[in-house]
Amino acid sequence: MGSSRGTHAQTSGGSSGARILAALGLTFLCVISAAAVGWLRAPRQYRADPPVQDDLGRLRLMPNRIGGTPPESYFALGKPYEKTGYDLSQGKRLYTWFGCSTCHGDGRGKIGPSFLDGWWLYGPEMISVVASIRDGRPHGMPAYGNRMTSDQIWQLAGYVRTVGAYAPSPSATSRNDDPQTRPAENRGPAVQHFEQGPVGMNPRQGPSP
Amino acid sequence: MTAPTRHRPAPPARLFLLAPLVLSNCSGVQSALDTAATAAGHLRLLILSFTLICGVVWLLVMVMLGWALLRRRPAATDAGTQRRLTIAVSVCVAATVVIVGGLTTLSFLATRTLGSGEGEIEVVAVGQQWWWQFLYPAGGFQTVNELHIPVGRTVRIRLESPDVIHSFWVPSLSGKVDMIPGRTNALTLKAERPGLYRGQCAEFCGLQHSHMAFTVIAEDAATYARWMVEQARPARTPDTSHPDTSEAEAGRAVFLVKPCAACHTVRGTRAVGTTGPDLTHVGSRRTIAAGLLDTTRGTLAAWTADPQTLKPGTTMPLVPLTSDELRQVSAYLESLK
Amino acid sequence: MSRSRNDPEDRRPSDVDLPEAEVARRLHRTWATPRTLKDALSTVDHKIIGRRYIATAFVFLILGGLLALAMRLQLAAPEARIIGPDRYNQIFTMHGTTMMFLFAVPVMEAVGVFLVPLMIGTRNIAFPKLNAFSYWIYLAGGILLWVAFAVDVGPDVGWFAYVPLAGPEFSPGKRADIWAQMITFTEVSALAVSVELVATIFKQRAPGMSLDRIPVFVWAMLVTSFLVIMAMPAIMVASTTLILDRLVGTHFYNPAEGGDALLWQHLFWFFGHPEVYIIFLPAVGMVSTMIPTFSGRPIFGYLALVMALIATGILSFGLWVHHMFTTGLPRLGESFFTASSMSIAVPAGVQIFCWIATLWAGRPQMKAPLLFICGFIFTFVMGGMTGVMVASVPLDSQVHDTYFVVAHFHYVLIGGALFPLVAAIYYWLPKATGRMMSERLGRVVFGLIFVGFHGTFFPMHILGLMGMPRRVYTYQPEMGWGGINLFVSVSALVLAAGFLLFFIDVFRSARSGPLAGPNPWNAPTLEWATSSPPESYNFLRIPVVSSANPLWDDPDGPSVASGLNIDRRELLVTSVVEALPEARESSPTDSIWPLFAALATAILLIASIFTPWAVVWGALPVTLALICWFWPKGEPEDEA
Repeated sequence: MGSSRGTHAQTSGGSSGARILAALGLTFLCVISAAAVGWLRAPRQYRADPPVQDDLGRLRLMPNRIGGTPPESYFALGKPYEKTGYDLSQGKRLYTWFGCSTCHGDGRGKIGPSFLDGWWLYGPEMISVVASIRDGRPHGMPAYGNRMTSDQIWQLAGYVRTVGAYAPSPSATSRNDDPQTRPAENRGPAVQHFEQGPVGMNPRQGPSP
Repeated sequence: MTAPTRHRPAPPARLFLLAPLVLSNCSGVQSALDTAATAAGHLRLLILSFTLICGVVWLLVMVMLGWALLRRRPAATDAGTQRRLTIAVSVCVAATVVIVGGLTTLSFLATRTLGSGEGEIEVVAVGQQWWWQFLYPAGGFQTVNELHIPVGRTVRIRLESPDVIHSFWVPSLSGKVDMIPGRTNALTLKAERPGLYRGQCAEFCGLQHSHMAFTVIAEDAATYARWMVEQARPARTPDTSHPDTSEAEAGRAVFLVKPCAACHTVRGTRAVGTTGPDLTHVGSRRTIAAGLLDTTRGTLAAWTADPQTLKPGTTMPLVPLTSDELRQVSAYLESLK
Repeated sequence: MSRSRNDPEDRRPSDVDLPEAEVARRLHRTWATPRTLKDALSTVDHKIIGRRYIATAFVFLILGGLLALAMRLQLAAPEARIIGPDRYNQIFTMHGTTMMFLFAVPVMEAVGVFLVPLMIGTRNIAFPKLNAFSYWIYLAGGILLWVAFAVDVGPDVGWFAYVPLAGPEFSPGKRADIWAQMITFTEVSALAVSVELVATIFKQRAPGMSLDRIPVFVWAMLVTSFLVIMAMPAIMVASTTLILDRLVGTHFYNPAEGGDALLWQHLFWFFGHPEVYIIFLPAVGMVSTMIPTFSGRPIFGYLALVMALIATGILSFGLWVHHMFTTGLPRLGESFFTASSMSIAVPAGVQIFCWIATLWAGRPQMKAPLLFICGFIFTFVMGGMTGVMVASVPLDSQVHDTYFVVAHFHYVLIGGALFPLVAAIYYWLPKATGRMMSERLGRVVFGLIFVGFHGTFFPMHILGLMGMPRRVYTYQPEMGWGGINLFVSVSALVLAAGFLLFFIDVFRSARSGPLAGPNPWNAPTLEWATSSPPESYNFLRIPVVSSANPLWDDPDGPSVASGLNIDRRELLVTSVVEALPEARESSPTDSIWPLFAALATAILLIASIFTPWAVVWGALPVTLALICWFWPKGEPEDEA
């Protein structure tokens, strides 16, 4: 009656099961090898190693201190400070902790220049921003070279550049759990949200460089 | 960590049934069964009575299961089996209902007993990633990772958090209550005996959730009053005339020039930062870095030199200091008694 | 049967008046999946998909188990520096997420996908293409999560992802986004399977299988499916709002802008608690189905058991707050949730007493499945007792978020769901592969797993009472937790050894175990009425059921209904309550489009983590795949 077997008994059962097992084994192997790769990758670094730290401070700037060549280790690390979410968010915290907002506000500038007008007084390159933070600039920007470590300066510079980026980056930081004064950094491009063109210089900044 | 272990003999006969469990638990640094407050004592009793009742119920079910599996079976089942089984199962279910009802009532009564009355003293506890801030509105000061309370008086603690959810838990004194950003919770503590009671964050709060401990120090009224007076004073300025303290004085200058002052407050100086812990009396505290290290000049120097290795991911950034500066700053911090 | 046979318009070939061999040959031609890669990828056979589902879920069990061992290695000694906090947080998050979302829920649904059509006597599950789609989506979600972990972007915020820690400010990078999006994958696949199961159980039962004759496991899957359908929307809202907060900058969980951090917990646990029963109910369904076989008598209190399943399902939506007892809720609410949490012990008790009564009245045969079931009762009752303890608000305020709770839920999840699942594998694997597992090895496996399990998790109760919080990557030597933790870690190795032996036995048996025959256990339910493994068409002729234990009450095997078309895929549709034949319904043929639709959906969902525009351009391939999926091909199923 109902339970009698057909002529094709066992055609699909065992063999396709074996094939599936093989496929699963392959997947498993892929995952394991991917995991091995991942574990070899450096995890989030909470502090750069001292030699890297030193090297990150060796900026080769142009004589006018605008533009130049970043240190070797910056490339060796894979330029993390502009594109990894963790470093950018560390930069965002440093922005608060080191009081950047006293002069630059939420990025729109107060007595310091705005980052959101698309104009960079010393050029938009990462190294120029790093140099500005490390060595200071005329008319009020203090030097942070002896208060922050080199990797912190790079993190902060990376963050400052995302604030004023023309196009949103997937790794830019999102909003904080605070009252919102402007859209989050990952909601760029900044120029779309804010001032078009250069914002007038604050008189206390003095003449343009 | 310095919270010493206090030994208390397990109560005798009453709980002899649970002896193994009780003995294994009674002497923990942070044990819920090693209590020093009425509230925690009630909870302990509740835990033990629930364990007892539940243990007995479990045992009964296991006996039934064993009997069902191993009983000697008659050759044929008689007709009344089904009816008798129905009765037996119904009785068991009814018993379950009664036990569950009883335990619910017990739990409800315990809640009533615990209450959350008014406190004689009010403290605000703020959990932060990854340390504890205790504000004493009455004294106008704050302390860090160390909560002093007088024995025998009810302390009402307002629980807040500016960043993520933490949970305030001192097992020897009371159950835990969460600290939730955007909300204020409250908890009352009343220590029966003087002593040190360790507490720890109980809600996963990120990288260093494991190293977010604090100590509750219950002391007699006189000691507590003296401590209040001490804490309310601003930091003492190192005496420059003395050779031992000139290093500390130099450390003070470094502290104020370097970014330390941007995040930390030392009352009586220009350092008024609020991001990190108040360091006005850091030298008098038992531990630093939320229970991670005992406070000594050495640990202070180690912590200042490389916080990210001691406590990976902590919010204290690495600050570039020369070895001289480091020595001076740690001397200064140690002198802040 | 049937009305349709007498239908004068019906000229299609049916299985009436044909020799059995001919019927089998033509049914095979109609239903079988040919052995090519394309056909393997386009199959809609519920047995093949169910097997894949189960095997994949077990792969995730192994991966999750390895993570658990890594955690135990780190915790074996105080202040160990084997795994740093960052990696540890990823590991425990991955462990919880994998076990809950990629193992426990899918494996239970997968067993349902495999067994339910066999148990109710039909040829395929309802919406079989959706079934294929749900598997591919589930696989994509699992791969997403694990590849992310492998490249160090694994979520690190806990499997519960509490905001604000999982929110934009405190979880930089894409880790939490990966978690939230992986939830979307598992939601979609679980919902799809649930819809299929509900439709299958309600409309495709064998004639005569009225509601009171459905095997208890099928009842359990029905209740579970409804739980999924009602609980998943809550987590869908939660994970979507979380991802919006993180990627678009909305303020659902930002207290400073009127959001609420506790809202997340309510939404999460409104799903999260029923989720526990989504895992547990199929397991007790399995137990209720296996116990009669090994007791040699029908289950005692069928009606009570079914009612207990339904009651558990309903009550499970009223207890979510007991995960939030320490958040400072109003007293009255807490007392209500204490009462409701404890009351779920009553239906659980009903089931346990019914099982014990069945065993008492029958003649238990201590085969491996029953051994695991006894282990289940032993362990689960213990977990239930600690469950009653944590249901009490004041008691919970001490043990919440400590290792006591870790012990508790491993008792109810491993003890309450994994033990029955292992029993079920011993019991039903012969049906799937046609070969028996080793009874002798089974006893060793049980011994290792049982001892290893209790050695691992019982001491955790004590650790919790000694004040050890959960989710710590290390602890200090002064705390005095070192010895117990070391013992736990060593016991975990025993547990792992048990599982290793179990998997070895599964592979050995699938290759060279003794042949099982159609009904090796002399079980009463319909899946044992067909060959082992079942043919692609499940039953040569649809059985007709006249009692709750058809294979026992009908010594010659159940009578059969004929009249279904054998040259195209056709099912018998019956009425919901009485299971009276209503119609013949065509069943879809194999199609590659579910795979492509799943791929397109996966691309959309994954890319949307990186740019919101992916929702726009990613919708195109999804639409295309769906158009092709549903394009009328002039096949008979289009008319249905």
